[in-house]
Amino acid sequence: MDFALTEEQRLLDESLRGYLARELPLDRLKALAKAGTGVSQTHWRDLAELGVTGLLVPAEHGGAGLGVLDAAVAAEALGHAAAPVAFAGPAVMAPLAVVSMASASQQAEWLPKIAAGEMRIAVAFAGGTGQTGTATATLTGETLDGRIEGVMDAAGATHVLAIMPDGKAALVAAGEGGVGVAMRPTLDRTRPLADVTFAGARAQVLDASNDAVAAARRVRDAGRVMLAADTLGAAQAMLDKAVAYAGERVQFGRVIASFQAIKHMCADMATELEPCRAMVWFAAHAQDAIPEEAHIAACHTKAHLAEAGRFVQTKATEVHGGMGFTELMGLELWFKRISRDRHMLGGPERCRHEAAVAQGWITD
Amino acid sequence: MDLSYSEKYRALQAELAAFLAEHGATSPRAGGVRRKPDARTLAWQRLLVERGYTARTVPTTYGGFGAEPDVMETAIIAETLSRAGVSPGIMSQGISMLVPTLLEVGTEAQRAQWIGPTIRGEVIWCQGYSEPGAGSDLANVQTKAVRDGDDFVVNGQKIWTSSAHYADWMFLLCRTEPDKPKHQGLSYLLLSMKTPGIEVRPLVTMTGKATFNEVFFTDVRVPADQIVMGRGDGWAVANITLKYERMMLGDANKFMSRVHRIARLMQSTQIDGVRLIDMPEYRDRLLKLQGEVMASKYHQLRLLTEQAKGIDSGIRRMVVKLYGTEMGYRLSSLAVDVYGAAGLAFDPHDDATGEEDDDATAWHTDHMYDLGLIIGGGSSQIQKNIISERGLGMPREPKAAAPANKG
Repeated sequence: MDFALTEEQRLLDESLRGYLARELPLDRLKALAKAGTGVSQTHWRDLAELGVTGLLVPAEHGGAGLGVLDAAVAAEALGHAAAPVAFAGPAVMAPLAVVSMASASQQAEWLPKIAAGEMRIAVAFAGGTGQTGTATATLTGETLDGRIEGVMDAAGATHVLAIMPDGKAALVAAGEGGVGVAMRPTLDRTRPLADVTFAGARAQVLDASNDAVAAARRVRDAGRVMLAADTLGAAQAMLDKAVAYAGERVQFGRVIASFQAIKHMCADMATELEPCRAMVWFAAHAQDAIPEEAHIAACHTKAHLAEAGRFVQTKATEVHGGMGFTELMGLELWFKRISRDRHMLGGPERCRHEAAVAQGWITD
Repeated sequence: MDLSYSEKYRALQAELAAFLAEHGATSPRAGGVRRKPDARTLAWQRLLVERGYTARTVPTTYGGFGAEPDVMETAIIAETLSRAGVSPGIMSQGISMLVPTLLEVGTEAQRAQWIGPTIRGEVIWCQGYSEPGAGSDLANVQTKAVRDGDDFVVNGQKIWTSSAHYADWMFLLCRTEPDKPKHQGLSYLLLSMKTPGIEVRPLVTMTGKATFNEVFFTDVRVPADQIVMGRGDGWAVANITLKYERMMLGDANKFMSRVHRIARLMQSTQIDGVRLIDMPEYRDRLLKLQGEVMASKYHQLRLLTEQAKGIDSGIRRMVVKLYGTEMGYRLSSLAVDVYGAAGLAFDPHDDATGEEDDDATAWHTDHMYDLGLIIGGGSSQIQKNIISERGLGMPREPKAAAPANKG
């Protein structure tokens, strides 16, 4: 029994944070946010070289063959840096979906490309995530029709993987006829969302799973854990910034960090956030190692981090006073990141509802 | 991360199942009854100590089971006993606070004398810390202990002393060095509550029960070797004890069993024919709290791992008391809201009589008691000072210039 990260996981965290700190100083990050198109091609290639895109790809297909907890460690680091990077879709949900749903030949063809960062797959659920907005699609043979709004990670994506309510999945190439990817102006300008339409799009069907519905649920749960981990990192960054700012800002002849009103807000944030890390670790670990607890843990962790994130994004901004309300300090980037994570793949109310159903407390 | 059940853990589960089958029926009622343990409780406690289901890592030389610290074993035992509805053993200040303190800084003789009888429940301790003028400002303790021959002679008053009315012994924080600065003038003494000169006056709390006391000392003689560490070390010892108290108050196992009790209550309680669990307004409150309890449960596993490895958990340990007591209060608040108007009949029994309260009265009592836990053991506001100053490195509160001893 050991409830801790391994040395390898700590090294992954360290190297990724080191890279992000070098590559994304605040002015660079703000410039990327201004453009609003998400990560640059260069950064994506760097991440592939760092192995981030291949974390979950099995070793025999050129990946690192690691687990959801390793991915959560990376997601927390990305959230901490507010990195304008597509991650939950192309680096986590997509390889998991391919491994559990695709045929052996599809896996052999796609997984090495996913690991290398050549295939960037946005994952779009045709309903069932608890997300608001239209999300319907129908798969007739190898033809896909429908419209899915609010899709993550579609900027720069080479493919879209649509997951149907029955657990079947359909992969379409983003540039192909009948596939429309409309990027929309998004609250979180570092990771814009897209509305994706399929009109007679030619799809490659993934239907090799014995229990497709369960497989699709596992993919979605892993995505939820990534969003929770991302929020954890972003909220920790906001708390760190609040404590640092309070230690510099002088009013009434004292740094404001010496006022109990400020100290107690920071203590409240730390108290909310510290247990969250163990919860994210557990939920991520459970996805691979404790199947009977994986779904409830994912629902609860997504919901709880959304609430803790809301608390921290609010209080940390308040500690910054008027400066927190401006865009001068860039604090808003983390604020918006947390807001975005909250609503992706189901808001906290919906996730808690699912947790109640999963425990047999109510019927859906 | 390794939470897998190896052969060792499966064997422990099997062992626990056999133990419960054989002895489970002899368990006293689970849940905190605040009175001197009766024969049934003591017999159960002895069984748990013998099998290592409580005081598991206390060395055998001191009457414990002597197991290596193992988070998973601790978790398996706690969960199995909780699920079976049996008592996890006596949860007392002596066991949870004094024993680990003596293991950390007691002398060999003190450990040999006190740890065994304390973990078996034969000796009940109370904590002589707070005074009318020393609550949040605990280091302002004024109760004096003056050296006279082979004894300290104690004079003064303590307040909020839980279980003093039935405790056998007390660990006492008192001032032995009046000329030193306030934090350096304290000592930590162990004394029998039967010593002449001690008067215990019960304080009835808002729960209707006398769980607290005032304790008055008039020329109470305490042998000088009953000091833990040295003269002037009292503040250091008291802080070691408080560290364990705050861990005990934040124990997540207790809260998880509360979540399940409230879920059952919501399934059996109806308004106009609709179960409360089917009403989103009630249900979402429970689910929110369940998420918080899960976070604290895994946080606790992380802390236990760090403890076993000798890692200083720092701020992660500091948040436990604040997080746990605030969450506990919200849980009991939800429970009394589920009872609603039908649960307002309040009929508390004196714990000393051994009569048990009905469930609604017990929840209302817990609800008020939980508020007491937010205030006691270092209030939430004091915890926030500790977290921000020691955990986040923010500036300390200005210290008053005046000396502690006012004559």
